[in-house]
Amino acid sequence: MQAAGDIRPLLRDLLNRQRLAALATHRDGQPYANLVAFAASDDLRFLYFVTPRSTRKFGNLQGDCRVALLVSSSRNQETDFHEAAALTVLGSAAEITGPEKEAAAKRYIEKHPYLEDFVQAPTCAFVKVQVRTCILVKNFQQVMELDLAP
Amino acid sequence: MKLILSSGDITASDLRRVGGKALALAALAGAGFRVPAFLCLTADAYRAFVDGSGLRERILLELHRKDFKEMRWEEIWDCATRIRNLFLRKPWPASLEAVLRRELQERFGERPVVIRSSAPEEDAAGSSFAGLHESYVNVRGTPAVLEHIRKVWASLWSDAALLYRQELGLDAGRSAMAVVVQELAEGDVSGVCFSQSPTEPSQAVVEGVYGLNQALVDGDVQPDRWILDRDFGRILAHAPAPRTRKLTAAGQGIEFAELPDDLRGRAPLGAEEVLAVYEIALRAERHFGRPQDLEWTLCGGSLHLLQSRPVTAQAQAPEGDRRAWYLSLHRSFESLKELRRKIEGEQIPAMIRTADALAGIDLGQLSDGELAAEIRRRWEINHHWANVYWADFIPFAHGIRLFGQVYNDQLKPDDPYEFVNLLTRTEMASLERNRLLAALADQVRENRDLADCLEAGDCLEKAPEFRQAMERFIERFGDLSCSVTGGTQCEGAARPLARILLAMASRPTNAAGGARPVPAAALAQRFLDSFPESRRSEAGELLDLARASYRLRDDDNIHLGRIESHLTAAAAEGRRRLGLAGTADPGRGELQAALEGLDFGSRHPAAATASASLEDGVRPRQLIGQPAGPGLARGPARVVCRHADLEEFAWGEVLVCDAVDPNMTFVVPLSAAVVERRGGMLIHGAIIAREYGIPCVTGVPEAATLIRTGDLLTVDGYLGIVTVGAGEL
Repeated sequence: MQAAGDIRPLLRDLLNRQRLAALATHRDGQPYANLVAFAASDDLRFLYFVTPRSTRKFGNLQGDCRVALLVSSSRNQETDFHEAAALTVLGSAAEITGPEKEAAAKRYIEKHPYLEDFVQAPTCAFVKVQVRTCILVKNFQQVMELDLAP
Repeated sequence: MKLILSSGDITASDLRRVGGKALALAALAGAGFRVPAFLCLTADAYRAFVDGSGLRERILLELHRKDFKEMRWEEIWDCATRIRNLFLRKPWPASLEAVLRRELQERFGERPVVIRSSAPEEDAAGSSFAGLHESYVNVRGTPAVLEHIRKVWASLWSDAALLYRQELGLDAGRSAMAVVVQELAEGDVSGVCFSQSPTEPSQAVVEGVYGLNQALVDGDVQPDRWILDRDFGRILAHAPAPRTRKLTAAGQGIEFAELPDDLRGRAPLGAEEVLAVYEIALRAERHFGRPQDLEWTLCGGSLHLLQSRPVTAQAQAPEGDRRAWYLSLHRSFESLKELRRKIEGEQIPAMIRTADALAGIDLGQLSDGELAAEIRRRWEINHHWANVYWADFIPFAHGIRLFGQVYNDQLKPDDPYEFVNLLTRTEMASLERNRLLAALADQVRENRDLADCLEAGDCLEKAPEFRQAMERFIERFGDLSCSVTGGTQCEGAARPLARILLAMASRPTNAAGGARPVPAAALAQRFLDSFPESRRSEAGELLDLARASYRLRDDDNIHLGRIESHLTAAAAEGRRRLGLAGTADPGRGELQAALEGLDFGSRHPAAATASASLEDGVRPRQLIGQPAGPGLARGPARVVCRHADLEEFAWGEVLVCDAVDPNMTFVVPLSAAVVERRGGMLIHGAIIAREYGIPCVTGVPEAATLIRTGDLLTVDGYLGIVTVGAGEL
């Protein structure tokens, strides 16, 4: 039996299987949510996504780099209520460039090969989220947290 | 989708839809055997009900609160109880109800019927589900038939059925149930027949009773039994049974009737009739191509077949397979009454006598050799009663469950545990102990000098009378700390008691303690009034039995705790002597050997230890258990793993532990809420928490490991949720 305290494997599995996350940002206190295609580092400390610089989300991040992301295995089925897991990630986002971007982008494209043009486009930013806290919900209401603050 | 099939419409390709029982009946009827007329509600009808009423995911949510393998049997029973109540209370989807109502009314009108399960999985699994699901005999009128169909469906989710599916590796999420509604053939004599004996292939077996077959199948009436030789079709032996009563149809349902004297002396079947039953079983065997296990009834001189299934061998259960023990917990009303007589009349008085006799022995006066012998003797005594506890006391707890099921069937309450209100406020030993404790605390509250001497530990000199009262309490109920650790960490002193008294005295009297108004009398009356006059006294007997069962659930541990404390006292004395230097008593070696051989038995789960299974940086935020006592409370956690933790218990803390032992329930009145790893609505922690009106969540996996003393907890006893921390991000 896997101990309830051992949540890292579950987190890794969820982050590797799921392609999309709901990203929450805000502008002047107005919350804003949208979908992003993401990839995660093996140590769970970083999530990456790509966004055109003209988007609301990118604009919002210029004002406040704090973000929340929601990743879920739900399939819009009734059975989600007992089967699905959901992960809320709290952290701070910043654009990365140069060698750091190259290394992360390789991983990102492996997961999302259809988005290669976005990764390479000069109009897009490659964004790294430094994860501070992971909040995992399973069995409908069971919630465990993992603190990853550097 | 076919919701209902008539006997003549069922073909072999319908197996997954109608189940083995309905298919066999249809095949028998088609082959010319005399079978009472029947309809089959297919598994599609079941699916239409659970999908149309939103039950499908509701059931799965119940079953996925935690890993099924982690659930104790009691938790599975709790789940089953909640699911059963959902089946009883959910309105019918309108279109399904219209179809069923019309077909059932046209086919049976007001004629009495039998309603039986026919589980499609039974054949897929290649194993018998005999006796696992429910059957109802003598149901009249379409509304009653519809009601009982729900109950048969619900039995798909009984604790026994869930455990069986788990053992067989079947996916509970895919389970469905077909139902056979069959005209009642009320025979004068009924029975079973194995065309080939499960234990001796050269023989066949016929069993028969007067009246309805249900009594034989449930084991409530012992049958006459005939052994036949298969080669020559001869009767080899007849074992008569003590014939005293029979089961008959009465009103809506069945009841036992005394057998008239002339029938008591006469076997239910003559030799020719036995051979006729065997002959039909052989025909069925030939028809199906394998030996059959038949149920039959002899009705006005003609033989009717009620069901037929392949004979399954009674394989030896593999080691560790506890299915048989689980099923033994489901006892009939009759056998529970017998068990009660034994427990209340013999076992409890004997335990009290034993504990009193042990209390009369002055351990200090024994030589080392005598003490070693006394330790061994006490271990044997303790071991004996621990065995009785498993064999008789725990199965007797089914009295509560039986009552709960009858109560829920009758009244369909919003809260499936409403019935517990009729059982609380019964006199339990732990409540009496807690009252005495409260009285001692009152004295401390009113007299500052007593508090001072408890703090300083010098009550013996400063307040000898009070100290004597404490000693009397300890003598009667044992050292309050011992049982928490299975007797391994007793101090045998008054220190834990002093700590608790100080904590209790530091607060105003707990008004909630034992004073929660429960409308038990009104509920009891409503329960009794729900039965027709003729069955009311039986209902009263069941309530009385349930109250005895509930009381014993707590008392047995108190009595056993007393006996155990005498064992630990002797062991403590032995250890004390071994610790003394420079003595040369020749019995010292014997004492050493006696203590080393000591094992405190298996009544207590291993004491939880604060393990390091929580990874760095991981912390719980919200934990799920079973809602076991309604209410909402917030307070700091006190994780109790060993007796020292109990001593520290402060008023307003949330008691978090592996398993609340009745011997530690004295801290419950001090606590804001109770959180327990062990699960179940009827475990001691939950019982006492409800008595005091304190929120309680049980069955929280790793509760004592994941939660740390001092964590702020919010305990939701309505939903079974424990939230850790204040929610800051």
